[in-house]
Amino acid sequence: MNKKITCIECPKGCVLSVDLQNDEIMSISGNECPKGPEYALSEIKNPLRIFTASVSNPGQLLKMIPVRTDKPIPKDKLFMAMKEVKKIRLCRPVNIGDVIAENFLGLDINLVATRDSVS
Amino acid sequence: MFKRSLVIVGGGPAGMAAAIAAYEHGVEDILLIERDQYLGGILNQCVHAGFGLNYFKEVLTGPEYADRFIRKVKNIRQIEISMQSFVVDLSKDKVLTFLKPGSLKQVQAKALIMATGCREKTREMIHIPGTRPAGIFSAGLAQKLINIEGLLPGKKVVIVGSGDIGLIMARRFFLEGAEVKAVIEIQPKSQGLIRNQAQCIEDFAIPFFCGHKIQRIYGNNRVEKVSVVQVDENFNAVAGSGFDIECDTVLISAGLIPENELIEMAGAAVDKETNCPVSNELNKTSIPGLFVCGNSFKVYDLVDSVSRDSVIAGRLAAEYSKGLK
Repeated sequence: MNKKITCIECPKGCVLSVDLQNDEIMSISGNECPKGPEYALSEIKNPLRIFTASVSNPGQLLKMIPVRTDKPIPKDKLFMAMKEVKKIRLCRPVNIGDVIAENFLGLDINLVATRDSVS
Repeated sequence: MFKRSLVIVGGGPAGMAAAIAAYEHGVEDILLIERDQYLGGILNQCVHAGFGLNYFKEVLTGPEYADRFIRKVKNIRQIEISMQSFVVDLSKDKVLTFLKPGSLKQVQAKALIMATGCREKTREMIHIPGTRPAGIFSAGLAQKLINIEGLLPGKKVVIVGSGDIGLIMARRFFLEGAEVKAVIEIQPKSQGLIRNQAQCIEDFAIPFFCGHKIQRIYGNNRVEKVSVVQVDENFNAVAGSGFDIECDTVLISAGLIPENELIEMAGAAVDKETNCPVSNELNKTSIPGLFVCGNSFKVYDLVDSVSRDSVIAGRLAAEYSKGLK
């Protein structure tokens, strides 16, 4: 079976062609860089995405603080991540890089701020 | 009136990169004018990841990308930053007038760089007939409402046009719990980056209609529905192909137009079709010493390209202000 996957590692967007036999990857082509096969492999075994959102920071000048996971998380956890983020009320000054939630969703990754709350 | 060797209008990625580059090429007195109360421009509301792979060789979110430049700019004392400053006039001899809370100021610049970015096309520019109810937003405005203000502007959304901001917003609305009913693109294929088609539309199985257009928007107080129709190669409606989509929100993501009203005011030639400065060289205009960089020179797909080209504008302006060119 042949599967076409659009690589999202860079803006180029290579279309990767993956040959599968009984769920085993036989070959990957169409990539213009070494990230392609790595991405295709992850996309077939366990699709990952960097999660980003904004969390509420009441009472501060910037009322929303943008956040990201410091590593990509399983794609099917994006919704759960969003639900979790909605529960957070920071109510304090934060700096870029500050950990907002440790071991986020029990995934062994952190949710970090991507902007200072005061500039 | 005071004087500066270089004045830069716009504290987004273009203006900041140009300011740093001009300083590195020897300009000792730079004035950077920003109308907002924060530096960083539109990057601050682009909270998603995907910036910086070319320029910094790592994947950053918009605010992180901006932060790298903000820190650098603030550490250079030769760059004076004037926040909440709105330029109201520019003359051809490079006298710039701007408003700042409580004052009206005038500065005579030896060299000028305009880094004013671009604006989104509106519903009126793409001619969608119908009523004028609440619930019609440009994709970028919806992005600001969600990411900066923490407001969700709609629950059942139709997106017109498949520009990158529209695709990014399809994913954001979906994750925020709204129903993204459809993305409608008049062209035969997606206009955004192919990876955004993959990670914003296909990841969430959002209905995507290429070769279709919105025929009419319905609703009195609030958007109630849109009618959609397939188009032929001349973008004319195909008879019998129409269908309605119930929705409370319509986002317009139909492209960007460089913002060049100020250089036009100064008498520089601006192309009527594209709103880009008429120029035979990167970042230059028909007025010597008046430079334009970033998305106001030409709309780029990537901020990385904006930074790269703004560095060139910074160098060109430095050379001009020192009388080298």
